[in-house]
Amino acid sequence: MLITCPYCGPRDVIEFTYQGDGNRERPDPASQNFEAWNAYVYDRLNPAGDHNEIWQHSGGCRTHLRVVRNTLTHEISSVAFAHGGHGSAARRKAEDKS
Amino acid sequence: MSPRRTDTGGRIDRLKTIRFTFDGAAYTGHAGDTLASALLAKGVTLYGRSFKYHRPRGLLTAGVEEPNALVTVLKGEVREPNIPATMVEIHDGLVAISQNRFPSLAWDINAVNQLGGKILSAGFYYKTFMGPVFGPLKGTRFWMFCEHFIRRAAGLGSAGSAKDPARYERMNAFCDVLVVGSGPAGLMAARAAADQGARVMLADLEPRFGGSANWSDETIDGAPAADWARRTVAQLEGRDNVRLLPRTTVWGYYDNNTLAALERVSDHKEQPGKGEPRHRYWAIRAKSVVLATGAFERPLVFPGNDRPGVMLAHAAERYANEFGVLPGERIALFTNNDSAYRAAIALKKAGAAVVAIADIRPELSPEMRKLAAEAEAEIFAGHAVVATEGGKALSGLKLQRFDMTNGALIGDARSIHADCLLMSGGWSPTIHLASQAGAKAEWNAARQAFLPPKPTQSWIGAGAFTGSFSTLEALAEGRAAGLAAAGGQSTPAVLPVVEAVPGDPDPAPVFEIRAKGKSFVDFQHDVTAEDVRLAHREGFVSVEHLKRYTTLGMATDQGKSSNVPGLAIMAEALGKPIPEVGTTRFRPPFAPVSIGSLAAERFGDLRPERLTPMHDWHLANGATMYSAGLWYRPMIYGHAGETVEQAYVREAKATRDSAGIVDVSTLGKIAVQGPDAAAFLDRVYTNMFSTLAVGKARYGLMLREDGLAFDDGTTWRLGEQDFLMTTTTANAGKVMQHLEYFLDVIWPELKVHVTSVTDEWAGAAIGGPKARQILAACVTGTAVDNATLPFMGIVRGEIAGVPVMICRLSFSGEMAFEVYCGAGHGTHVWEALVEAGKPFGLVTYGLEALGTMRIEKGHVTGAEIDGRTTARDLHLDWMLSKKKPFIGSAMMDREGLIASDRLELVGLIALDNKPLNGGAHIVEEVDEANPHGSIGHITACCYSPALGKHIALALVKAGKARQGTRAHVSDPLRNRFGPVEIVSNHFYDPEGTRMHG
Repeated sequence: MLITCPYCGPRDVIEFTYQGDGNRERPDPASQNFEAWNAYVYDRLNPAGDHNEIWQHSGGCRTHLRVVRNTLTHEISSVAFAHGGHGSAARRKAEDKS
Repeated sequence: MSPRRTDTGGRIDRLKTIRFTFDGAAYTGHAGDTLASALLAKGVTLYGRSFKYHRPRGLLTAGVEEPNALVTVLKGEVREPNIPATMVEIHDGLVAISQNRFPSLAWDINAVNQLGGKILSAGFYYKTFMGPVFGPLKGTRFWMFCEHFIRRAAGLGSAGSAKDPARYERMNAFCDVLVVGSGPAGLMAARAAADQGARVMLADLEPRFGGSANWSDETIDGAPAADWARRTVAQLEGRDNVRLLPRTTVWGYYDNNTLAALERVSDHKEQPGKGEPRHRYWAIRAKSVVLATGAFERPLVFPGNDRPGVMLAHAAERYANEFGVLPGERIALFTNNDSAYRAAIALKKAGAAVVAIADIRPELSPEMRKLAAEAEAEIFAGHAVVATEGGKALSGLKLQRFDMTNGALIGDARSIHADCLLMSGGWSPTIHLASQAGAKAEWNAARQAFLPPKPTQSWIGAGAFTGSFSTLEALAEGRAAGLAAAGGQSTPAVLPVVEAVPGDPDPAPVFEIRAKGKSFVDFQHDVTAEDVRLAHREGFVSVEHLKRYTTLGMATDQGKSSNVPGLAIMAEALGKPIPEVGTTRFRPPFAPVSIGSLAAERFGDLRPERLTPMHDWHLANGATMYSAGLWYRPMIYGHAGETVEQAYVREAKATRDSAGIVDVSTLGKIAVQGPDAAAFLDRVYTNMFSTLAVGKARYGLMLREDGLAFDDGTTWRLGEQDFLMTTTTANAGKVMQHLEYFLDVIWPELKVHVTSVTDEWAGAAIGGPKARQILAACVTGTAVDNATLPFMGIVRGEIAGVPVMICRLSFSGEMAFEVYCGAGHGTHVWEALVEAGKPFGLVTYGLEALGTMRIEKGHVTGAEIDGRTTARDLHLDWMLSKKKPFIGSAMMDREGLIASDRLELVGLIALDNKPLNGGAHIVEEVDEANPHGSIGHITACCYSPALGKHIALALVKAGKARQGTRAHVSDPLRNRFGPVEIVSNHFYDPEGTRMHG
C-alpha cells in the first residue's frame, strides 16, 4: 500500500502509523455530555468501502494525514493534512448514507 | 522398452556432458536438461512415492506444477526438500535424492498402505484420533502414541537442520511494465512496451525464455517458433530500458501493483559466481503488469491415472521437442480435447509409435482424424481408459466404450499394450496472480475453465492466460497488451505469420471416468475422486470445506493440476453447475519461496541497540548490562563474588548511607516550546503547569482519553515558553506520538512545537545524604545550597568545564539531583561526578538498586501504570486538577473507574521473611491444592535493605481499606505460599524528610 504524503510524496505504508478512525468528533474539552464523550472514545465506524482515517507519517515528516481508504480494495482516494480536527463533515456524510 | 534420448532434436547442448547423482547412482545428462529430462533420458520411470499410500509415481508434467517427482537436493550438509525434478537444472556435482521411501525408492515398506485404501480415506485422522475416548484406540492420547509412526510414514521430504551458509539478497525495483511469462504473448508484450520507450521487466520462471515456443514445433514467420523467440529475446537484451529476469518466479501480487518475485540466481551452478547470492527476492513496483502466464494442462481422473508412465500430453511433447527425450516407445493417448493430437504428431516425429488415441468425444473433426492418420494412430472415438497396468512402469491399459452424456461404460474392455499413456483433460489458465490481485475468477462453460477476473488493479492479460490458446491469438493479444500497458496507441500492425496444427480450444465437459480402482484428483496429497464424494456424503458442501477436509489442493503444488477436476467432481456430487460451487481464491505464493530470500540480509537479532553516552564507562567499570526495551542499562556494578542481590543491596544501602549515582539518560525527553506551551501542558497533564515558575520543575501525570493513567514524569520550566518534559523510558515514543496527535489533529490552533531530545541529553541522578556536598565540590558557576537550589528548583552551572543543568528532584527518596549535559559530554561529566564523590563514599548503582529504592518509596512505574489503573487506584488523585479540563478528565469518573472494589496500590511485607515473586497472586485464604480467590497481584518486589525485609508493591482489591490487615501470597507455579501484611505503599520515610531536608 502506498500513501502519498503531501510533504514527502508516495511512500510505503511501512513508514506510517495508523492513528485511528478519522470520523470521531472530540467534544468540547469542558463538555460534560457523557454520551458524546463515550461515542468519541469508543464508537467506531467499520465501513466496507471508503473509510476516513488518520495516519501519521511517523517514519518521515511525522505529520498527521487524513486518508480516505477503501477497506475492500485498499485504494486511497484522497490524502490531506489532518489539521483542523476530526472529519466531522465526512462522518455526517457516512451517516447520511447509512 | 523404456524412455530414451532421441538421436537428434531438442534444445539441449549435446556436446556438453554433465555428471550428477540421483539416489547415489551416477548419471549423465546434457546442458539444458532438467533433472527430470536427464533421468527420463536414462530410462528412469520411478521418481517418488506418494504422500499417503506410498504408490510408485513417475513424471506427470514437465514444469512447475509437477506433483509427483519431488526430490531433495543436497548441498554439503544443507538439504532442500520437495523441489520438483522438473525445476532442477542439472549441473556437475548435483546430488539429488528421492523422498518418502524406506528403505529405497524401488522397495518401499509402506507401500502396503495401498491395500488399506478404504481405511485411509478423507478425514482419517479426525475420525481416528479426535473426540471422546472409548477404549484404548481412540482420542488424543492414542494420537500422541501414533504420531511418531504416522509422521514418519506420511509426508514429503524432511527438512534439514544444518545452518544454511548460502547468501540471499533483496532487491527493490521499479518499472513501467512488468511482463510475467515469456511465451509468445509475453515476448510480444515486452517488445511492444519497450518500443514505446517504457521501462520493461520480463520475468519467467524457466531458465529459457520462450515458453511454449520452445516445444510447440510451430513456426513463426517461417522459422521454428523457438528461433523466433531467441531472436526476440536477443533484441530485448540489447535495450537499455529492458531488464530480463530468467529463473524468476513472480509469486505474489499485492496492493498498489507491488509484486514479489524469487530469482534463483545460482542454484543451477556448481558454485555461485563471485558476489552472487543463491536467491534474490524482488519487490517490484510496476505501473502496469502484463500477465502472460499461460495455462496448465489438466489430468483426466480415471483408475490408475497415477501409474508411472501416465503423463500429461503436452509434457511428453515438451520432453520430445525441448529436451530430445521420448517418454516411451509405444504411446497411447487419452483426451477430451484437440490439443493432445499435436502431442501425437510430435512424438511420432520424434520416433515413437503412437498406438492409440482414445477420445472421449464420439464425433471427431476431419482435421483431428487427419492428424491421427498422420501419426499412424488408431482412433477410438467415444472411448475411455478404465484401467492401467504395470508396476513401476506402465505395461498396458484397458479401453472401454464411454457415453459422455451420462458417464456410462458400455461393452467389454479391450487391452492395449503401451509403455506410456498421455492424457489431456483440457487447460486451466494460470490465473493465480490475477486472483491474488483481487477479483473472483469466472467460469467459462465453452473452455471448461476459470478465466481471469476483470482487473481490479492495473494489469492486462494476454495469451493462454485469457483462454486464447492459439499462438496467433497470443501474439496479437501480447502486442496489444504491451502497447496498452506502456500507454501507447493501438495501431494496426502486421503480425508474425504462424504455422500451427489446427484445433478447437474447447474440450468435452468430462473430468472423470468412474470405474473400479483409485482415481487420483490430487496426486501430491493422494486425494481420490472417492474422497471428494465421501466429503460430500459427510456433509461438506462448500468448496473451502472440501479443500480442508480432504486436503485437496493443499500440498506444495497448491492444486495447480487438481483444483478444477476436484471441484467438477464436487459439483457433480452436489448436482450443481460448477460456477455455483465456485473456486477457492488463490493466495501467495504461486510456488514455494525460500525463507532465506525473504529474510535476505536481515537475520540474527534485528532490534537496534540504544546505548547511553556512558555505556562504555559502565562496561569498563564492571556493570552487568540489562536490556530494557531497546536500551541497555547497568543492572548492577557487581564486585567479585557478589550475587545480584548482594550487589543491589550494597548499592542501595550505600546510597542511603552516603550517596549513589545512576545513569538516567534513557528517560524520554521532549522539548515543548511555543507561546501556548503552558496552556498545552495544562490540557495534557492532570495537574497545572501554567502556574509553574520559570526555573522550577513539577511532577506530572497524564491520562488517556478513556480516563486511565498513561504516563508520569517531571517537566521543567526552562523559560516562559520553554519546557523540558521527561517521560518514562518505556513510554517516550508513545508520549511523543500522543502530543503530536493532539497538536496536529485536535488543537492545531495551539502554537506549540514538540521535539524529541532524548538523545541530546546525558543524565545522571545523584542522591543520598552526601549528594549536595559532592555537587558543591565539583559544580562551578552556581551555588547548590538550599536557597539557590530548593526542592524542584533548577540551576545552570558547569562541571569540569562543561555546561550542565541541575534539577533537585528525587526518585530514590534521598536528597537527590538530576544533572543533565550535552550527550557528547556525558562520560566526561559522569567521570567528574564519580571523582568528586570518591571522598564521600559515592557508589554507582544500577537498575536493581534503583528499583529497590523506588519500591521502598512506593513510586509507580510501568508495572503499576499498566493501562488498567486509574490515578485513584495509584493514590495520585491529589494530582487531578478540578480547575480545568484535561485529557481523560471527562471519562475518569465513570462508574466502573470509581468503584470501591478496584485494584489499588498497596505495599506488602513478607511475614515469613522469604522472597516474594512478581506476578504472584494475593489471596485471603491459602488453598495450595486448589489455588483460587485472587484479590490482586504483586507488581514489583525486592529485599529492602532500609527495612531489612522482603517487600513488594501490589495491586489489591480495595487495597487501601485493607492496610494493616493480613493476607497471603499464592504462587502455585513457583510453589510459593506465605503470609503477608498489607501496608501503605510508602514504606520508607513517608513524610519525605530525607529528600526535603
